[in-house]
Amino acid sequence: MISLSHYLTVAAILFTIGVLGIFLNRRNVILMLMAIELILLAVNINLVAFSAYLGDLTGQVFAMFVLTVAAAEAAIGLAILVIFFRRRGTIAVDAADRMRG
Amino acid sequence: MIATIAFYLFAALTIAPAIAVIFARNPVHSVLWLIVAFFNAAGLMLLVGAEFIAMLLVIVYVGAVAVLFLFVVMMLDIDFATLRTGFTRNLPFGIIIALVLVGEVFVAVLSWKAGPALSGHAIPAASQPNIVALGQLLYSRYLFAFELAGLILLVAMVGAIVLTHRGRGDTRTPKVSRQLRRRPGQAIKLLDPGVGEGMRL
Repeated sequence: MISLSHYLTVAAILFTIGVLGIFLNRRNVILMLMAIELILLAVNINLVAFSAYLGDLTGQVFAMFVLTVAAAEAAIGLAILVIFFRRRGTIAVDAADRMRG
Repeated sequence: MIATIAFYLFAALTIAPAIAVIFARNPVHSVLWLIVAFFNAAGLMLLVGAEFIAMLLVIVYVGAVAVLFLFVVMMLDIDFATLRTGFTRNLPFGIIIALVLVGEVFVAVLSWKAGPALSGHAIPAASQPNIVALGQLLYSRYLFAFELAGLILLVAMVGAIVLTHRGRGDTRTPKVSRQLRRRPGQAIKLLDPGVGEGMRL
């Protein structure tokens, strides 16, 4: 019998993999964006699992909004990546020092 | 029984490709593993009866976001080997962080006690199909938030186009601000020429 904690465990592992991906690929922006997608997927799994086990559809509505924001974030992030690559010829994060941040 | 097997299959096929995403040497492979992970996460959501979100995951993530990633990875000529220089140096530290994080999550989950609504382990039966119920909710109670989500997508689309649009140098476009600044006094000249003087042949 699959219970809620099974789903929470899967989501926790997925979330940790996403965070680990951001830590390991410190210079590669594309992989960082993919790791962020994994983190948002973990959040969505949590929302949907809670929604199903509570019998309340609000969680699934919220998961849809998270999906929307994730899609918008990926589009904007990749657009910034493309113009950054056009200017500097690389996508290494440590090359992004023009604003002296 | 079959649901249990399906859950473990989908869970394993979500987590293993997710690990492959962050460890793959070739970013194209990373994107392809990401697609596998999304398909199996959609399967996980189907198992609890969230059909709409599962289909949305396949359509939006696999059909749009992953293809966008693939497009960008293949379009840009990036030397990915140099981007991996800090990988092995960061690995021990990253593993420690990940273990601490997952430990914290499990401590939090174990100390969490399910309330009476969650104590029955089975999923409550739905009175109507998932998509019907979700649609009724989206277009009544969450109408404002739903339209706001559409607005966010519009802003993202316009932003992405404006950011990546590159004007061509060899085209002549009207200067709108100059056109709008033009007043009748500069554009029209009223004259009263005599007979035969208005035209020079």
